[in-house]
Amino acid sequence: MSQSTSKLARMWDSDVAYSFRRSPVTIIAAIVALTIILGAVFAPWIAPHNPFDPSSLNLMDGFSRPMVPNEFSGNTYLMGTDNQGRDIFSTILYGARISLFVGFAAVAFGMILGITAGLVAAWRGGWVDSLLMRIADVQLSFPSILIALLIFGIARGVIPTNMRETMAIWVLIVAIGLSDWVQFARVVRGAAMVEKNKEYVQAARVIGVHPARIIFSHILPNVLGPVLVIATISLALAVISEATLSFLGVGVPPTQPSLGTLIGNGQKYLFSGEWWILLFPSATLLALALSVNLLGDWLRDALNPRLK
Amino acid sequence: MLAYSLRRVLQSILVMLVVALISFALFRFVGDPVNSMVGQETSLADREALRRQLGLYDPFVVQFWNFITRAVQGDFGISYRLQEPVMKLILSRLPATLELALVSGTAAFILGVGFGVYTALNRRGLASNGIMTLSLIGVSLPTFLIGVLLIWVFAVELKWLPSFGRGDTVALTSWWTTGFLTPSGRASLVLPAVTLGLYQMTLIMRLVRAEMLEVLRTDYVKFARARGLSQRAIHFGHALKNTMVPVITVMGLQLGSIIAFSIITETVFQWPGIGSLFINSVKAVDVPVMAAYLMMIAAIFVIINLIVDILYYIVDPRLRLDGGGKH
Repeated sequence: MSQSTSKLARMWDSDVAYSFRRSPVTIIAAIVALTIILGAVFAPWIAPHNPFDPSSLNLMDGFSRPMVPNEFSGNTYLMGTDNQGRDIFSTILYGARISLFVGFAAVAFGMILGITAGLVAAWRGGWVDSLLMRIADVQLSFPSILIALLIFGIARGVIPTNMRETMAIWVLIVAIGLSDWVQFARVVRGAAMVEKNKEYVQAARVIGVHPARIIFSHILPNVLGPVLVIATISLALAVISEATLSFLGVGVPPTQPSLGTLIGNGQKYLFSGEWWILLFPSATLLALALSVNLLGDWLRDALNPRLK
Repeated sequence: MLAYSLRRVLQSILVMLVVALISFALFRFVGDPVNSMVGQETSLADREALRRQLGLYDPFVVQFWNFITRAVQGDFGISYRLQEPVMKLILSRLPATLELALVSGTAAFILGVGFGVYTALNRRGLASNGIMTLSLIGVSLPTFLIGVLLIWVFAVELKWLPSFGRGDTVALTSWWTTGFLTPSGRASLVLPAVTLGLYQMTLIMRLVRAEMLEVLRTDYVKFARARGLSQRAIHFGHALKNTMVPVITVMGLQLGSIIAFSIITETVFQWPGIGSLFINSVKAVDVPVMAAYLMMIAAIFVIINLIVDILYYIVDPRLRLDGGGKH
């Protein structure tokens, strides 16, 4: 830890950092993604209003145009307000918070599941491997949104009605996570198969290291590169899946609106000319998905120059 | 050939059995089927009678067998939400989804191949770069957002096209209604078809472009040039023909995705197809409809996969060498 400055300097000189500095598109993508993530994390301190606190809402402020003082109250809002007088800018910050929380948690869940399955399949081989990979094959031939919807439907049937509201976010995380573990499992299995036969693993086996220890502290760190790439691209996909499910009305509960819920709400007011309720959440979602996708593409090229 | 086909058919049946098991478990264990079918005031004795009538006390294997035999005959029970036979509900909504999938799939194929060939032949052109950049955005935009934005531009601002529903339909048979024959039906198809097909189009375009660039570098294309064939004959007779095998494979596999993604498109445009039926069933925990939809989609996927695999075996002789299509 005392060498942290030299570590930073070494990171700055590494190939990955070099390719980052050389790519303006990646730098812009990183700035956009970081801005949205920081905005979401610090939403309670940045947002001018708390959209979930009814006492801070004033129905007179409803349908304020962006940057134009409201004709009844005289208040001005950066991105306007919705039907209940909620500040769109604040709802976006809080919405991105929920979208990103679900996205990160779902990717983490899918990642842990996929890595474990991949490592077990590679280490045990035989019927365990065949079974896990066959499940993966079958799941991969169905679109993930369909699988997430199905899991959501099952969970709704199993969870009692009065618990549905509080459990909804966790159901969503499990549904999205379960729908994308396959990518992780396949890549980790492939990489671990290669590592398994290398000499350091054989050496560890010979001196009697416990298999679990070999898998997690010797093989795992060596297969993390591709996992990082998939995790980044999965994050963009998970945020889109969450938005899609919430837009369809089977995602987060209405009391905790995410970006998808906000877009669904905005669509209702399109025909009466209140375009800002739709435009700003949509632009935020697009910026988030696009920038994370670009970062994932860059990371793939930077970590694996052969693929270029 | 026969042995390979037979093995693939057996594998497909196995997958369908697993899906049927999931569907059955869904029906049997998610919620209580009896409580979902009867009202509050039904007596315990009546419930007991219904339980016996449904065979819920039979051994698991017997129940599963009965479920499969009924499913094969198209009997998936009664919808909890709409109190109608599930098969009737699905059949009445199937034409809407199939017409939408057909139009968007065809458009995606024609435009995707066209743009793909164009961008491959004019690699440095301004239009090619524009098309490629747009395709990147097309891939990143979530389907529902494409739909909402199209409604905004073409239905709300320009007022060119309707934003929801199927327009006027004409009944061809007792359950098949078509929107192709009326002007409003055709106009209603445009926006949903574009929404559904845009992603597939970009996918096909990128694939055709990559394959074309690959083929244009091969020796037989150089030889065709050396023989003095016209550009048109080289590009379309030699190059494009050889890119079509992977494109048709991908297209076949994407057909299933189109039907699955129609869930989103149908919700955005309030299109009365099976996708919107499914999403409403998920919301209301209408298990029989969910189970039937799952089986139907799985059957479509499995059959397409099977046909593609067997076609591959016929088209590509290299697969036959190792005694089967292990991939």
